[in-house]
Amino acid sequence: MMKPMVKIESVGQSFQTKQGKFIALRDIDLTVAKGEVVTLIGHSGCGKSTLLNLIAGLTLPTSGVLLCDNREIAGPGPDRAVVFQNHSLLPWMTCFENVMLGVERVFGAAEKKEKLRARVEAALAMVHMDHALHKYPHEVSGGMKQRVGIARAFAMEPKILLMDEPFGALDALTRASLQDELLGVMEKTGATTVMVTHDVDEAVLLSDRIVMMTNGPAATIGEILSVALPRPRDRLALAHDATFVECRGIVLEFLYRKQLKKAA
Amino acid sequence: MSNVVALKLPIAPLSEEEETATESQCISPVVIEATPPIGQARAGKRLIEFAKTVVPPILGLLLLIGIWGLVSMKTSGIPGPAVTWTEAVRLFSDPFYSNGPNDQGIGWNVLSSLKRVAIGFGFAAAVGIPMGFLLGRFTFMSSMFDPIISLLRPVSPLAWLPIGLLVFKKADPAATWTIFICSIWPMILNTAEGVRRVPQDYLNVARVLGLPEAKVITKILFPAVLPYMLTGIRLSIGTAWLVIVAAEMLTGGVGIGFWVWDEWNNLKVEHIVIAIFVIGLVGLLLEQCLIQLAKRFTYETR
Repeated sequence: MMKPMVKIESVGQSFQTKQGKFIALRDIDLTVAKGEVVTLIGHSGCGKSTLLNLIAGLTLPTSGVLLCDNREIAGPGPDRAVVFQNHSLLPWMTCFENVMLGVERVFGAAEKKEKLRARVEAALAMVHMDHALHKYPHEVSGGMKQRVGIARAFAMEPKILLMDEPFGALDALTRASLQDELLGVMEKTGATTVMVTHDVDEAVLLSDRIVMMTNGPAATIGEILSVALPRPRDRLALAHDATFVECRGIVLEFLYRKQLKKAA
Repeated sequence: MSNVVALKLPIAPLSEEEETATESQCISPVVIEATPPIGQARAGKRLIEFAKTVVPPILGLLLLIGIWGLVSMKTSGIPGPAVTWTEAVRLFSDPFYSNGPNDQGIGWNVLSSLKRVAIGFGFAAAVGIPMGFLLGRFTFMSSMFDPIISLLRPVSPLAWLPIGLLVFKKADPAATWTIFICSIWPMILNTAEGVRRVPQDYLNVARVLGLPEAKVITKILFPAVLPYMLTGIRLSIGTAWLVIVAAEMLTGGVGIGFWVWDEWNNLKVEHIVIAIFVIGLVGLLLEQCLIQLAKRFTYETR
């Protein structure tokens, strides 16, 4: 096995609420290898976003330890870039400036302006947004905004890329084209990725391993499925691929038989 | 010929005045002839749109002048529109004369009122905006100051005038002081509200990127709060312009409020009516300027 990038050791997370202690996550143990793509899947409220926020360092666990590259995660940082569900571009900056904000922070001290600019342009070109460098977020479509959000994360060359339902707010067709794009970018860069999703096809198409989570409260990892599909992957070719269909079946089985949510 | 018919189809429904005779004979002249009626129809539509926006306000104004004329005919002492108009023409032919401190042109009076508003408002912004940031960012600060603000905000700023007179010993800074007091509340409250409403997403972006605090303020907080701040500024200026007239009536000196009172003492009622229009017009202009400014800095989110 390759060098571990993220190590999660017996992590639990609880919140104080008016009704008392609410346990969101318990006994999470997971290791993500360098270059691996892992998706977290589960019904809503299963704490998958909570787990992602823990890796991002946006919240700290109530028990257990999270390590990134053998260092404890004590807060958020640019080595763990996050692609948010609703793109979270700053509306007063152009696409270029939004990406530059992260690039400047990471490489600004060591590199010259032209080099930084080249990085931003390359990142936006990678997601095919080089035609809209100087457009403001409200001037481009929802899918394009999310492309810029992805470019912002990739441009920082993070150790690990975290994505919280990155395509959840997009229509099915745009989502498919962005998944294809992301697949290409991930294959090109070999980025370690942890992604939250509730789309079974997306999980199988993109990931090396699928982490299936049980229903909350006190959610934990139910099953882990390795997706033994060779890369590069192609959506159309895989549609009738036996392994793809089998993986899809296993995840569906888990979600809709073993962990069916009543009246959700 | 079938091609020709297909070509013509999109044009036919647009224009009803097309000559059917030429239609069947030849195609190109029809297309050319078809253009002017379309243009005319568009021009007509634009004219109607224009009339729709212009006619009602004009009617409203005429109604106001009509009622005013009727009232002035029935009541002695209130000047009619015609008298006021000739007086206004005379007054505005020389707005910037100066015969000593108590007899200056209306232009000077308006300008000195605006100057007081600007100074009082400037101080209020300098204090109120940073205050608003503190109150919005730290719950401790807002729980500390909210009761004070709630207590003092409903007080008419004119009640503060004697305190100003006492402290500054002069009328002019006392008037400015009341402007300061009335302008500061909307500024603090709106800025604080803006800071509280900065979307958590933006702050998360800042945290993930690990931006230094200075950059968080300049690149994220300030632009996000700016629209709220501008609302505060607009409300402040509006109130300040209301208050300055009353404050100047009490303090005297040069200023549009004092001028109104002076003309009342001279029983020049037409000047008072003119002053009412001038005050209204200046207030309207201030408001419109700030609305335009706010538009410039409003970003469509999402």
